[in-house]
Amino acid sequence: MIYREAGQFKASYEADMQIFPIRQDRIAIAAIVLFAFVGVPLFASEYWFQAIITPALIFSLAALGLNILTGYAGQLSLGAAGFMAVGAFATYNFMLRIDGMPFLVAMVLGGVCAALVGIVFGLPSLRIKGFYLAVATLAAQFFILWVLVKFPWFSNYSASGVITAQEIVILGWTVDEPVEKYLLTLAVVTVLALAAKNLARTHTGRAWMAVRDMDVAAEVIGIPLMKTKLQAFAISSFYCGVAGALYAFTYLGTVEPEAFNLDLSFKILFMIIIGGVGTVLGSFLGAAFITLLPIFLNQLFHALFGDSLPPAFASNVELMIFGGLIIFFLIVEPHGLARLWQIGKEKLRLWPFPH
Amino acid sequence: MKRMRSKWKKSAMVALAVAGLVGSGVGQALAAEQYMGLPSYRVGAYAAGGSGIFGGWIDYMQMINERDGGVNGVKLVWEECETEYNNARGVECYERFKAKGNTFFSPLSTGITYSVLDRVAQDKIPLVTIGYGRSDAADGRVFPWVFPLVTHYWSQASAMINFIGKEKLGSMDQLKGKKIVLLYHDSAYGKEPHEVLKRLSQKWGFELELIPVAHPGNEQQSQWLQIRQIRPDFVILWGWGVMNPTALSTAKRTGFPIDKIIGVWWAGAEEDVIPAGNASAGYIAAGFNAVGDQHPVIQDIKKYVYAKGKGNLDPKRVGSVYYNRGVVHGIIYVEAVRLAQAHFNKKGQPVTGEEIRWALEHLNFTPERLKQLGAEGFLPVMQTSCMDHEGAGVVKFQQWDGSKWKMISDWIVPDRVLVRQLVEESAAKYAQEKGITPRDCSKEG
Repeated sequence: MIYREAGQFKASYEADMQIFPIRQDRIAIAAIVLFAFVGVPLFASEYWFQAIITPALIFSLAALGLNILTGYAGQLSLGAAGFMAVGAFATYNFMLRIDGMPFLVAMVLGGVCAALVGIVFGLPSLRIKGFYLAVATLAAQFFILWVLVKFPWFSNYSASGVITAQEIVILGWTVDEPVEKYLLTLAVVTVLALAAKNLARTHTGRAWMAVRDMDVAAEVIGIPLMKTKLQAFAISSFYCGVAGALYAFTYLGTVEPEAFNLDLSFKILFMIIIGGVGTVLGSFLGAAFITLLPIFLNQLFHALFGDSLPPAFASNVELMIFGGLIIFFLIVEPHGLARLWQIGKEKLRLWPFPH
Repeated sequence: MKRMRSKWKKSAMVALAVAGLVGSGVGQALAAEQYMGLPSYRVGAYAAGGSGIFGGWIDYMQMINERDGGVNGVKLVWEECETEYNNARGVECYERFKAKGNTFFSPLSTGITYSVLDRVAQDKIPLVTIGYGRSDAADGRVFPWVFPLVTHYWSQASAMINFIGKEKLGSMDQLKGKKIVLLYHDSAYGKEPHEVLKRLSQKWGFELELIPVAHPGNEQQSQWLQIRQIRPDFVILWGWGVMNPTALSTAKRTGFPIDKIIGVWWAGAEEDVIPAGNASAGYIAAGFNAVGDQHPVIQDIKKYVYAKGKGNLDPKRVGSVYYNRGVVHGIIYVEAVRLAQAHFNKKGQPVTGEEIRWALEHLNFTPERLKQLGAEGFLPVMQTSCMDHEGAGVVKFQQWDGSKWKMISDWIVPDRVLVRQLVEESAAKYAQEKGITPRDCSKEG
């Protein structure tokens, strides 16, 4: 009943082609975005901005990037963290080497650099598929980090290979307070998430899904495989690159290449698997699950048991519960948390009068 | 009724947990308690180091509470937060502690150190990195809030060369024409000593070869074959985790003499040599703390903490390398609290992060003071200042005899002039990039 679209007639093509065709969805999304932009800054503390929401948003963006490639276009990749590193280091270098470079332009250029690298490492996808492609992208992961450590130019000859983010100034607005950094991150993530949602419904997105479902059939109906796959690699890497730039500039400030290691790539892959492959919502749910649940468990254990448990034991139990929950959710719903929400929506549509 | 109450209690606790997540500062320190957050890691690949160091640190604070009733009556309280050696988790712990009024942050992880480096000055929490990077933070003018205390990587690299020259070869001039290989973990950590070693090789005329090992380093056949071709006089092992025992066993297999391998202090614990079995006998490693349980401070921990069953770790680990390194952390922290209380006229009251920062800049561990603390020879004599956030820079060397570590040298002094020059160059570059105006140390109290 709550979710019924009865009575919502689409009288024009525009109305039929909206991103969110159901009124309830539009209201909910507008409310969430409004709350994130206005409500959260009013209520949340610095701890929430710096430790919880900002990183969760950044990882959501990275997961969204990987979801475009793996979820929509069906190309398994283990290089997401590598592309994030390209974005972070490229943005840093654009800011460093070009005087008066605006941050947003540097960030977009950083994303473009990541996209170019992504195209290069996407070339093997024309010949190999599935797990074999995952191995090829694994090479990207290692190669990118190796290059960043090997050639000190990328970190401006820093002795330990780390980069330190420059101050962000956008049209005279200095972004240095945690809440400002959060708002900047939120704005970028919102725009890119809407773009991704839209992209998935266009010709491009449909071509990706056709390739994912059966590439031979897609080729037969006239979808150029090379162009479609490389496009997916480019756009996905762009998203990851922007996420990397935000990771360095609005979240940590100082990063070493090692921060973008294989562990992070795996983590992003787990985010989309848990959240839901091939959905925009799933990227957000998965990122929240993977980044926030361990923190919540740790807090919960501290509050419940205090010092009465040996700390090593408590840490291990937290890890086990986390692992157990991952397995639980995958068994209950192999298609991810986004699918659970979809099922919930269908139930709400009928409630309280099931057939 | 009883059941209902326990149910209520449980839900209250859950509510408390949620409140804790909001970071509203449930554990705000009471009047006579000195609060500190410990971002420990007891799970994951580096748990051996994390549990040993944080365990030793906690035991020392526990001992101070039991023996002296705290610092001038102020009880030391602490809280752990599991980081898993992961940057994002470390930042979360940092922020969680901050909301509760943290006064000292020491993550024992280079990655987490870099992740919070930009935040500490604003938050007024001293960032203490005992024995690791970033090395150029030793220039206190540019990094007022960062303390790479005791000795950092660059001092260590230089001390290693001095050890090879003076102790192994007889004099520094003997280094001329010798070949030294640096076998390093291919990461930011492994790159730390490059610049120092390059400059030293020019100064003393030895040949330097840099050979990387990719993380995690559990396969080093090709590297050691390369080393066999180069035939170096010494190999410096700049390893981490599983890379260390692998290096030792591969060296043994390829016939390289083990006593010509000199390890960094993260390659010099029991956990690094025991997995390699017989291959590691004779291996030498650096360290900035003594090993064994013969020092009075360790005896006191046994007496006041372990005898009462309040120990944090398996009693067998007391006196091991990592454990004692944790005790060094504890000694420095407690001394800083004591000094801050004395200087700011706050005896018997908790001190703030700012006050502890002042104290860290005025640490003075004289031989007499170390003796009073029961730690003579346990950590080096050291004195910090506004200019110098390192304090000592000296390193001891220890040798594994097949069953335990034995100290084989006194404190070895690095090439202070050269290291300092490098520190100032690098710090100045950082200051320029970040637009920091270095403090004028002559104006500091």
